[in-house]
Amino acid sequence: MSNRALEGLSVLEYCTGISGPYCAKLMADLGADVVKIEAPETGDEARRRPPFPGDEVDPEKSGLFFYLNTNKRSITLNPATPEGKDLFVKLAGAVDVLVVDKPPGFMDALGLGYDALKQINPGLIMTSITPFGLTGPYKDYKAYQLNTSHVSGQGYMLPIPAEDSTRAPVKMGGNSSDYDPGIVTAIAVMAAYFHKGITGKGQLIELSKQEALICMQRVESVTYPNDGVSMSRNQGEVGPNMPGGVMPCKDGFVVFVTPMEHQWKALMTLIGDPEWSKEAWCQDPSGRMQHVEEINRHLLDWLGDHTQEEIFRRGQALGCPVAPLQSAEKVINSEQLKETGFFQDIEHPELGKIKFPTAPYHFSKTPWKLARLAPHLGEHNEEVFIDRLGLEKAELAVLKKAGAI
Amino acid sequence: MNDGPLKGVRVTEFTSAWAGPYATCLLGFLGAEVIKIESHQRVDHARSLAFSTGKTFSGPDSSSVFNSLNLNKASAALNLKHPEAIKLAKRLLEISDVTMENMRPGVVERLGLGYEAVKKVKPDIIYLSSSACGQTGPEREYVGYAPTFAAMAGLSFLTGYEDWPPSNFMGSIDLKSAATSAFALLAALCHHQKTGEGQYIDLASQEAIAAMSGDVFMEYVMNQKVPQRKGNRDEGAAPHNCYRCRGEDRWISIAVVTDEEWIALCRTMEMPELAGDERFLDGPRRRQNQLDLDSIITGWTRDQDDYALMERLQQAGVAAAPSLSSEGLFNDPHLRDRGIYTQVDHPVMGKDWVITPPWRLSETPAQIHRHAPLLSEHNEYVFCELLGMSAEEVAILEEEKVIY
Repeated sequence: MSNRALEGLSVLEYCTGISGPYCAKLMADLGADVVKIEAPETGDEARRRPPFPGDEVDPEKSGLFFYLNTNKRSITLNPATPEGKDLFVKLAGAVDVLVVDKPPGFMDALGLGYDALKQINPGLIMTSITPFGLTGPYKDYKAYQLNTSHVSGQGYMLPIPAEDSTRAPVKMGGNSSDYDPGIVTAIAVMAAYFHKGITGKGQLIELSKQEALICMQRVESVTYPNDGVSMSRNQGEVGPNMPGGVMPCKDGFVVFVTPMEHQWKALMTLIGDPEWSKEAWCQDPSGRMQHVEEINRHLLDWLGDHTQEEIFRRGQALGCPVAPLQSAEKVINSEQLKETGFFQDIEHPELGKIKFPTAPYHFSKTPWKLARLAPHLGEHNEEVFIDRLGLEKAELAVLKKAGAI
Repeated sequence: MNDGPLKGVRVTEFTSAWAGPYATCLLGFLGAEVIKIESHQRVDHARSLAFSTGKTFSGPDSSSVFNSLNLNKASAALNLKHPEAIKLAKRLLEISDVTMENMRPGVVERLGLGYEAVKKVKPDIIYLSSSACGQTGPEREYVGYAPTFAAMAGLSFLTGYEDWPPSNFMGSIDLKSAATSAFALLAALCHHQKTGEGQYIDLASQEAIAAMSGDVFMEYVMNQKVPQRKGNRDEGAAPHNCYRCRGEDRWISIAVVTDEEWIALCRTMEMPELAGDERFLDGPRRRQNQLDLDSIITGWTRDQDDYALMERLQQAGVAAAPSLSSEGLFNDPHLRDRGIYTQVDHPVMGKDWVITPPWRLSETPAQIHRHAPLLSEHNEYVFCELLGMSAEEVAILEEEKVIY
């Protein structure tokens, strides 16, 4: 019995950047056979995005690309050339899943739209990821991660809290707003593949990045039509206005959330049951909300004398939901993640011995596995075009000259 | 049930709050039958409190938050502190394909509903436990919510202004964890379809958030550099920010990556001389002088309408879009056209607006076919129809607060 959950699933990825490649990575890391199509010469744009060792741009050394393309094979192919198109059709004709992130109409113009491809492969699950979807007034609008993060309502409420609305709202840190559409898409692909397993039928899946992000904000997004409330990022207008939140301590920041009464009591025990906490107004959530500024001042006084580590350990031991705001360095060196194995020690030919992020799910029978590192540009041209499609080596040279591969 | 791609799959789940319920809700959108086991003895806090707004609901069946996160499900009441209830839960699991729980690690085992116990009655069950930090390790019993997952995963540290405390987070973090659980469950279902084998999945929310920052960790392992907050800025592009527009708290996001986009922006601003300005000639120089750039652009956007600006900039080939509030999303013409808001009829709340499923599947569409269940609404269906109990038996167990 195979110990890879998605062994047998074949995927063709014609994507660049983050969302599409992340979607395919999620499947590749669980055993799917993923062939990634990159543009000849230039390759995936993530190859030119940081981080790079020593900050020196090198398309074979992007940390972003390394992370997003594990367990895949890379071929170079330009489907806009006649020869390239033929090869694309051959590849798409033999896979379960095709993931594409090109603008609406682009694949149709090449003669490679879903209607054309399903003629040759009725079981094909073709997946389109675009900023605004394939229909609607903005379908042809351009959007980078910054734009999708804001136009989905995600950015408007950040940071929590802002001092007031004189400063611009901000996007989520890192590139996580581009990862979200990748995982949201992968859910539908998995479901469609399950359905194909029963019926043999494929289908077209359409995903708008804007809507993928809204679906992560679905509760905040309906407060206006349901309650006439539009939450902002401003102090006092965001969150339930309970005492706590992100607060500075002696050596950094911590965050408290105490929705349950016993959690509030644990917080009070942590700070030594001060006199003010015994006042009548401090005995229930609504009273505390009315005195939130006063309480927070007291909390800040106490926090200033204590470190992240002592607040976190003692607080959690008492049952108080508290956590340190960790930097990437702290996360990587966390004892907990060492124990769960989230970072795996690997030997990388370019980077040496490094800690590499794995996956958040630990499967008892079909574990996550790094079977191959992210590919070099076109690393698997011979394997795919010769071994799988039966081309001759001489033909490959001709195709290369024609700019097809 | 609907005719989505997961039609025929039965999920019986024991989750509460946000990260658990929304994972199985996603499966329900896609056609799985989802039965939520809950209890009057300990009501899901999403039924009583809106974590994000602080709003409290008048009763367990009046929560718009719960409705958003539990659409399409059935609800059966079991008081799991009672051994008879555990027996019934197991009988239900015998006829289920998937289960999920998000109690504090160790609790399901104490209740007698841990993976090993369930495997005895249903050897090929797919069983996912979702927790803050995972089922192993020194912090396994630590309690957490969305804000602590984001803090522990490094996302809070990275989000916000350079000169301002890092950002707190709310529900969206739970829903990222939920999406991750849904993906893992589906991968296990596909494996089961091929091999007949079930399995256990241990999912840590903290790690689910960290996995979406893979490149941030790579920066540290490659260069021992600790990435910091940088607002809306990007290392590879400038201008790259939100700019104030006319009206209260209205902003437009503008991102310029290529020289062509920069020239198009200058033309649209009717400042062609900027395109030749030494300070902004290429990407690196624009990044170096982005404060100057930001004040020039703000001067231009400040008195203009965000939507009119988007249209003009998009026509010119510049990526621009407003920063939308809940009200802005609801009134947005594109989202209107796409129909992403829909009203469901709810027996207690009346009409409630919710967001539709995020994907469009051409053959087996994901659907919302009913409101979230009232607490214990489907006792009869679950206990009588599925488990074959008589109405009398159910009445006795209700009396004994087993079915409760």
